[in-house]
Amino acid sequence: MNKNKEQLLNKRYKAEQRFRLYGLSAIFMALLFLTIFIFKIFSTGYSAFQKTWLIVPVTFDAELMMLDQNPSKEDLQDADYYDIALKSMADLDPNANEDQENELKRMVSYFFEKEIKNELLNDPNLIGKTKEVYLTASDDLDQVFKGNYPRDLPEDQRRVSDYQLKIFDQLVANGKVESKFNISFFTNADSREAELAGIASSFMGSIFSILVCLMIAFPVAVLAAIYLEEFAPKNRFTDFIEVNINNLAAVPSIVFGLLGLGVLLAIFHLPRSTPLVGGITLSLMTLPTIIIAARASLKAVPPSIREAALAMGASRMQTTMHHTVPLSMPGTLSGTIIGLAQALGETAPLILIGMVAFVNTIPGSPMDPAASLPVQIYIWAESAERGFVEKVSACIMVLLGFLIIMNLFAQIIRHKFEKKWS
Amino acid sequence: MIKIKAKDVDVFYGKKQALFNISLDIEENQVTALIGPSGCGKSTFLRCLNRMNDVIDICSVKGEILINDFNINDKSCDVVRLREKIGMVFQKPNPFPKTLYENVSYGPTIHGMAQSKQEMDEIVETSLKKAALWEEVKDRLHEPGTGLSGGQQQRLCIARAISVRPEVILMDEPCSALDPIATAQIEELVDELKKEHTIIIVTHSMAQAARVSQNTGFFHLGQLIEHGSTDKIFKNPDNKKTQDYITGRFG
Repeated sequence: MNKNKEQLLNKRYKAEQRFRLYGLSAIFMALLFLTIFIFKIFSTGYSAFQKTWLIVPVTFDAELMMLDQNPSKEDLQDADYYDIALKSMADLDPNANEDQENELKRMVSYFFEKEIKNELLNDPNLIGKTKEVYLTASDDLDQVFKGNYPRDLPEDQRRVSDYQLKIFDQLVANGKVESKFNISFFTNADSREAELAGIASSFMGSIFSILVCLMIAFPVAVLAAIYLEEFAPKNRFTDFIEVNINNLAAVPSIVFGLLGLGVLLAIFHLPRSTPLVGGITLSLMTLPTIIIAARASLKAVPPSIREAALAMGASRMQTTMHHTVPLSMPGTLSGTIIGLAQALGETAPLILIGMVAFVNTIPGSPMDPAASLPVQIYIWAESAERGFVEKVSACIMVLLGFLIIMNLFAQIIRHKFEKKWS
Repeated sequence: MIKIKAKDVDVFYGKKQALFNISLDIEENQVTALIGPSGCGKSTFLRCLNRMNDVIDICSVKGEILINDFNINDKSCDVVRLREKIGMVFQKPNPFPKTLYENVSYGPTIHGMAQSKQEMDEIVETSLKKAALWEEVKDRLHEPGTGLSGGQQQRLCIARAISVRPEVILMDEPCSALDPIATAQIEELVDELKKEHTIIIVTHSMAQAARVSQNTGFFHLGQLIEHGSTDKIFKNPDNKKTQDYITGRFG
């Protein structure tokens, strides 16, 4: 009998140990996946925050720029920079033939003319002089410099010619290639040229969408939650509503995209591809999330507080507004932020309402066409150029950073303002 | 003088009847104790007196409850007004998670009882003094009320209840969550408060009923078995059930 008991006890301890082991290995697996994921993204993405510049001597030849003596500011604005830009690149190899000159030109971005122009506008005294100017390297050379380019491929399978590589290597050897922090990644809108493409448009698009979403979803959801939780009678009808709110939370997001397309664009003719439409569509998605969070946190307010207020002669409205709602706010707010974070990462509905369009301007308001961060990732991931690979990862990093900050904020709100019940 | 007169009060939770035909008179400026085993309906009856049962959807109350000869179950009765006149202290101390000052000033604020900050300060001070809490907390009026000890919290709830100068104070087992010292303080307080208020106290402790009350009602299975002066109920009850309960044979 006693021995039996001993065995049973041992068995129970063993079972617990096994269970702990399963739990630990599950956590280990999850952490492993997370680490692989983050490592992969960081190792591909970090180089996007660096940008390669070629340092090219430019002679600001007044004659080539068609400038008179003592040009005014306007003259400088209107001057022709293309020829001196071409000449500066061609001069990198004095023996270049015409084809090679063309190849030389393609070593920098098509933006090089503007970069030279800006240099002169900053310092008009440069006319007639020669100065070394930083020019954005083409995306392929950028990748070559970062070591991401398969140089050993046969030449006809590469976008960079042997000749370009030769000149580039010379420049590198002379210290005329430099890598600097890629500011334009944050200040430029999208571009077909990987070396110029940035996230400003999609970042602003995301912010505007989220703001629109917040302004619509938050008040509607909070009012609905308060009414349902504090005022509505409990009957079949309110049960039905509750079930449907839960159903709404489970609807795939692409369905909301179709709704946005069919109603907002087709019936109300709101401007296509704008954060306004995106935000409204996302707010439909966020609404049930916030309602559920708000109801849960209203429910978590102890009934004794309501009773205390009612017994003091507070009306139902006063009880709700003075006590229940303020006490439920931390939970509601953190639920809202988590809902918004979901909306921030949502791609499918935005693609349907046209926020997938190529937008090379930075939106100034929710009525301007824009992309959003996840859609930008999708657009870039579809692009063929090698230069976009790192941009995809970098954009994911920005999006993740954004999400982490939002979730952190939700946590802080919850911990800081949550009342402790004695 | 009779302050509250209950006539044939029936209470139903859905289809289940919780109180049967309760008729009870409550004397002004006295302490009436309601005793009885758990689930006998004494708290339910107490909550009828300030219509707190309204909060429970499935609960319905029939019969007349006259307070100052006015039937509070009448449609014309305004619950907000009623609850201003009839304060309540609950089983578990339930101060608002706000400062002490805000806890006590809440009632006077919503009922517009103070014209100035000074008047409000006075109300808060007198209420806390009456609740015998002033000396302990006067230096920390702006600290959270939830930071007090259990007994202090309950006295804070009493201060909150008397801040609107109610005529009646309902106490639903106010000492059940407190230690003996805090209980003694509350009992002393109840004795003091009856000078200005009519008090009805639900209690599990027969000793407490005997100590603080002048009248006692004994509830059993939703019925008022017996009521009368505390002396009589405890020394010479008419009903056998009362006798059994008092002497600890069941309950």
